[in-house]
Amino acid sequence: MSWFSLTADEWEAVRLSLRVATVAMLASMPFAVAMAWLLARRDFWGKSLVNGLVHLPLVLPPVVTGYLLLLGFGTRGPLGSFLAEFGIVFAFRWTGAALACAIMGFPLMVRAIRLSIEAVDMRLEQASATLGANAVWVFLTVTLPLTLPGIIAGMILCFAKAMGEFGATITFVSNIPGETQTLPSAIYTLTQVPGGDAGALRLTAISVVISLGALMVSEYLARRAGQRIAA
Amino acid sequence: MSLLVDVEMILGDFSLAARFDSPGPVTAIFGASGSGKTSLVNVIAGLRRPERGQVLLNGEALLDTARHIDLPPHRRRIGYVFQDARLFPHLTVSANLAYGEWFTPRAARYALRLQILDLLGIGHLLARRPRDLSGGEKQRVAIGRALLASPRLLLMDEPLASLDAARKAEIMPYLERLRDEIRIPIVYVSHSVNEVMRLASTIAVMEGGRLKAFGPASDIAQRLDLVPEEEREEAGVILDMTVKQHDPATGLTELASAAGRFFVPGTIAPGGATARVRIRARDVMLAAEEPRHISALNIVPGIVAEVLAAGPHAVTVRLDCNGEAVIARITRHSAGQLGLRPGTRAFAIIKAVSVAGPAARARP
Repeated sequence: MSWFSLTADEWEAVRLSLRVATVAMLASMPFAVAMAWLLARRDFWGKSLVNGLVHLPLVLPPVVTGYLLLLGFGTRGPLGSFLAEFGIVFAFRWTGAALACAIMGFPLMVRAIRLSIEAVDMRLEQASATLGANAVWVFLTVTLPLTLPGIIAGMILCFAKAMGEFGATITFVSNIPGETQTLPSAIYTLTQVPGGDAGALRLTAISVVISLGALMVSEYLARRAGQRIAA
Repeated sequence: MSLLVDVEMILGDFSLAARFDSPGPVTAIFGASGSGKTSLVNVIAGLRRPERGQVLLNGEALLDTARHIDLPPHRRRIGYVFQDARLFPHLTVSANLAYGEWFTPRAARYALRLQILDLLGIGHLLARRPRDLSGGEKQRVAIGRALLASPRLLLMDEPLASLDAARKAEIMPYLERLRDEIRIPIVYVSHSVNEVMRLASTIAVMEGGRLKAFGPASDIAQRLDLVPEEEREEAGVILDMTVKQHDPATGLTELASAAGRFFVPGTIAPGGATARVRIRARDVMLAAEEPRHISALNIVPGIVAEVLAAGPHAVTVRLDCNGEAVIARITRHSAGQLGLRPGTRAFAIIKAVSVAGPAARARP
């Protein structure tokens, strides 16, 4: 076996990580857009509390977030047992890893989109309303397209965060090869066993390439979208 | 058309209270910046909600706080041309123009795309993006976008203010064609005497959040006290005249008004049509006796109605010329020499007149 080729387990970790990160990014996007719009454009009672809760995963130790998820979505947790009745299980499944990653990446995505919505000139939204567009159409035809660079940037940030998420994931769904062992968990495991250095190094290289690639793609997409809508 | 606006609102430490009922078709809201003009049109558009107020368009309530009626902007069908164009940067000119059209119910559409493209001269811009347009082009596209939504009323908030003199001169004829060809009721906000006098049929003068004067353009034009100091040079009267005939030999067109006959260069309109003529006070000289052997084409007799101070060394004199007013701005010295007092006879020697297109009279 050559030094460069990955073992089956290592491949599995890479594939799983990509899947978890992609699902986390796509599934949280609509919620992030809605939350960002709410925080950017609406004043309501308890706004600072909501804002604080959204940002909490950013400042809490990831282990705490993972443990809270375990308490809430575990098999005996209130949400976990409720959802289990509909066949939705997060605990010790890859879906749980995706949930943990989505929650950890959520504040990053919301921040990027919120800044972008705040930068949209509200006078354009007024113009849209005088031309006959109701609030939903104003959002869909003016606010959303002009926010696109921020949404792309936010999604990629969330993806990159999900690729690197470790603490919350391992606490919530453990480290089961083939099910919940993502790239960082696999690297961690390899560093704990004798002779795992080569594997850990290979996965580290992959991790660097994917993260760097994601950042470059996001820069490129955001720049292109920005050029298209520049006034 | 009839537009009733009655508004009371508080904006920080500024309060706005105004009420007028305009027969249109072009209502100008005139006043210095900060006088509350834009707030007033924002109330008409529904972008601002006053503490108390009423906006009735042809009798239909768009806003009536007493009856708890407040149509949101998108249901008012009022076009709004903003000072800063506000074209959608992510859409082409063509998509910008189609935007309002798309939201207008089919049965309510009256605007014809080709006619409007032609009227505004924007047909060649369709594939461009707003960032590739000049200021004047942007404003014309913004007017087209508002018109293609087939609005019941068009609001224009200082549409020329952000443009330089050359661009202003470029857009003005389009606005006059808009008034005369599309015949849509317009509310035109401006601080420029020149724009207001060229376009308006009814004028509301705002000052410090209050309505200072309101009435037909020809009446308001005579009120020199309404013209701000820095715009005094542009003060003058407007007379609606009847086109008599054009003489190809001299190149002059004869116009008739109660004040007398006027001759202006060029052809204006077919005989029988009405034309709006503007005479600025600084273009009028006064004589105590009928002048003879003089190059000026237009001399009308009148009786001095009013002499008002205009700065330390000048006065403005309002002549009653058989019911029509002509205003002259002359030096205080000259007024003394001629012995001008209310009741004395004088002749107005008019050095220049400008014809501002067919009269903006209310149409049936």
